Amino acid sequence: MSESLLNPSASGSTISVRRSTHSPLITLVGASVVVVVLTIAPWIFPAQFASTLMNFFILVIMATMWNLLAGYAGMVSIGQQAFVGLGAYATLYFALKGMNPFLTIPFAALVCAVLAVPVTYLLFRLRGGYFAIATWVVADTVMLIIGTIAFLGGGTGRLMPGLQSLTPAQTAHYSYLATWIVAFIVVVGTYLLLRSRVGLVLASIRDDEVAARSAGAHVRSARRLVFVIAAAGCGAAGAVLAISQPFVQPTSVFSLQWAAEMLFVSMIGGLGTIEGPIVGSIIFFALQQTLQQQGAWYLIIFGTVAVLVALWQPRGIWGAIRDRFHTELLPVGHWVSEGPAKE
Amino acid sequence: MTESLLEVKNLVVHHGQLKAIDDVSFGLNVGEVLAMIGANGAGKSTLLRTIAGLHRQTSGSVFFEGVDISIVAPHRRVSMGVSLVPEGRRLFSSMTLQENLQVGAFHAKKGPFNIDRIYELFDWMPSRRRQRVWQLSGGEQQAVAIGRALVANPRLLLLDELSLGLAPIIIERIYALIPEIIAQGVSILVVEQDVSQGLAVADRVHCLLEGKTSLTGVPADFTPEQVERAYFGAGLAATTSREGES
Amino acid sequence: MVWLNVLVQGVLIGGFYALFACGLSLMFGVLKVINLAHGDMAVVAGYVAVFLTPHLGLPEVWSFLIVVPIFTLAGYVLQRTLIQKSIDRDPFTTLLVTFGLSVVIENLLLEIYSANGQTVNIGDLIAKSWHPASIIYVSYVSLGVLGVAVLVLFLLQLFLSKTGTGRLIRAVADDREAAQLSGANYRHIFGVAASLAFATVALAGIAYGMMTQFAPTSGGVNLLFAFEAVVIGGIGSLWGTLVGGIALGIAQQFGAHINVQYQVLAGNVLFLAVLAIRPQGLFGRKTALA
Repeated sequence: MSESLLNPSASGSTISVRRSTHSPLITLVGASVVVVVLTIAPWIFPAQFASTLMNFFILVIMATMWNLLAGYAGMVSIGQQAFVGLGAYATLYFALKGMNPFLTIPFAALVCAVLAVPVTYLLFRLRGGYFAIATWVVADTVMLIIGTIAFLGGGTGRLMPGLQSLTPAQTAHYSYLATWIVAFIVVVGTYLLLRSRVGLVLASIRDDEVAARSAGAHVRSARRLVFVIAAAGCGAAGAVLAISQPFVQPTSVFSLQWAAEMLFVSMIGGLGTIEGPIVGSIIFFALQQTLQQQGAWYLIIFGTVAVLVALWQPRGIWGAIRDRFHTELLPVGHWVSEGPAKE
Repeated sequence: MTESLLEVKNLVVHHGQLKAIDDVSFGLNVGEVLAMIGANGAGKSTLLRTIAGLHRQTSGSVFFEGVDISIVAPHRRVSMGVSLVPEGRRLFSSMTLQENLQVGAFHAKKGPFNIDRIYELFDWMPSRRRQRVWQLSGGEQQAVAIGRALVANPRLLLLDELSLGLAPIIIERIYALIPEIIAQGVSILVVEQDVSQGLAVADRVHCLLEGKTSLTGVPADFTPEQVERAYFGAGLAATTSREGES
Repeated sequence: MVWLNVLVQGVLIGGFYALFACGLSLMFGVLKVINLAHGDMAVVAGYVAVFLTPHLGLPEVWSFLIVVPIFTLAGYVLQRTLIQKSIDRDPFTTLLVTFGLSVVIENLLLEIYSANGQTVNIGDLIAKSWHPASIIYVSYVSLGVLGVAVLVLFLLQLFLSKTGTGRLIRAVADDREAAQLSGANYRHIFGVAASLAFATVALAGIAYGMMTQFAPTSGGVNLLFAFEAVVIGGIGSLWGTLVGGIALGIAQQFGAHINVQYQVLAGNVLFLAVLAIRPQGLFGRKTALA
């Protein structure tokens, strides 16, 4: 919406504010096809590809959540692995208590959401970079605490129970479907959230934090809500990660690498757009698959590109595409245009 | 006495979307005091900040001693001889009075002023030079801000809203210094919201209204009505209650 | 007596944390930048010490004579290019850029030098210690690092308060625009401050390599400790950083004494407690608080 505001060519005529809705109609048809293909993917594609696709979805979930935090609410967190790990361990815990691992996923997300609430009261005392590192301290602390719990395998980790009765193919199919469903819910849910009133409050934070802060307390609660939702989303990602691995180990599920990946993916794809993290994830996996024989080089290259993008193309690849072609597959903003108002 | 020191030509400055200065031109001669008056939001501070280099103009140019300084960085303008005493004083709050002056003197040109000379000008300062500036009163802080600008030995001193938040007696005392500063070969461009104060000290007056020049000349030539109209806008004095300046 | 030893060890390691943290504190105080690559820069200093100085025929103990000047220069250059560019965008970008650098540096080191641990070789000095009482051991290396930390903080303080350039650095930290109006080129001053910060980072990295093994991944942990020291001591106070570092060190040693697993955890808990009870830290001003 800001592009239109910057060119106030509408002087003299009526200005209407509406959501852009024509493009999603085309999107809807395309999206339906994509949804169907992705749902039956494990049955029509080679197992290897489906497994890569699953890791891709996990990254999309995390990046979408990180983008919600940073791109929409202005909170740079490098400690989201706290909730990835917590989600993984919550699933492990419930499974050890006899639950079906697949059914634990929503509960793992819920656990993360609940635990995120007190964390916000601590972290929201800091801002900017101090907030960022403090999130990392929290992640480190959670990892260390989990590492002392013998029931959960301590520092060495533990195998996810409840999957042994399934055949490997069944496990692969079910975890793929679970991951795909979570990714779908997360992306669509984020889209709906940003189109709601919360989205408007977030837009005002992004445009001018000082003004928005003085505008009222719901800015703080909007940020809190976003933090809690991001925790739940990352928790769900952790849960499906735990099922897919299926050995749950503190240093792996609480790895800083998750934070690095979600950050790079969002930045390169385009912060503050729904599509950005998805585009970024596609690029990330393309690069990772190409360079998988070369050790950590994919991360080095990806990180370097992310730094360059942050400096010279802060709206990311999707932002650049959108600026150029004025298209949005999933518009969350309002367009200001000339003509009679519809509302 | 008509050697030109500062020449502002067709200056246009934007604050984001807002045109804060709209095609303003004026000159300042050596040894002169020019008062820039105008209501809150008229663009006076923006004008001063642009001359000091803190704002970049959209178009137009600023000449100092015949040199186009429009794209010169603010710290370079200081060493060329342009010093601004900013609105709100903006002292270095973690430092003592003396340290504030020392910072001002670090990149100073050669000239009549040094820290000792400032201490003569404000005789209360030496005994309190080790105090943190936040312990000083508003008037004292304003004096330190002026001192900090003067030790750089400017040829042109820009004073932004000196009287803001100060008691009348303190304002009077600060304005009483102006002849002494002029005597050292410094020219002054002063921005004032307080019209009477501005008219009292100035050789010439320049009035801004919504970013445009509304009146310019020698104070003695104007009737109060002329000034009022230039200040508030023609006949709109009552209705143009404007919103706050940047 | 056992507890006294715990206390002594805490103070010793605290000195190291303060040395590590003062660069972070300086960068934030002056540039308002949190350098998330701070820890990784120190690790790079360690690698330069280990892999470059032997080629120059210099004992590794003296490596700081080479590494510190290199880092001082690198700090200025990096500031005037990459970091300034990100500051010009917004604080948000500085975080993204320094975090990106951090990950890139860590993985580059992994690719080049592998995950193997390295140490800065100081000969048999490593094993020597002062033994004032039955079970109290004061390692010479740790004592030396504590001494260096105090000296560095003292010199920094002296530089900032007594020299013209030091005062300009403080002026820029107080009010960047007003400093410009006093003739300070703030970008240059930023560069000088970054130089100082990088010099201390180099010292910290070498000190770390003398005290213990380091690997490409050591940077992150040390950034956390440095950050905790800064927040516990109070943001924006150099001597507060020393106290914060020592407090963190003591907390960790007490934790470790109870159970080795609790070492880092105890430090984190102290940090979170300070954040909850006294968020401005022990000596801090309320600059970083929301």
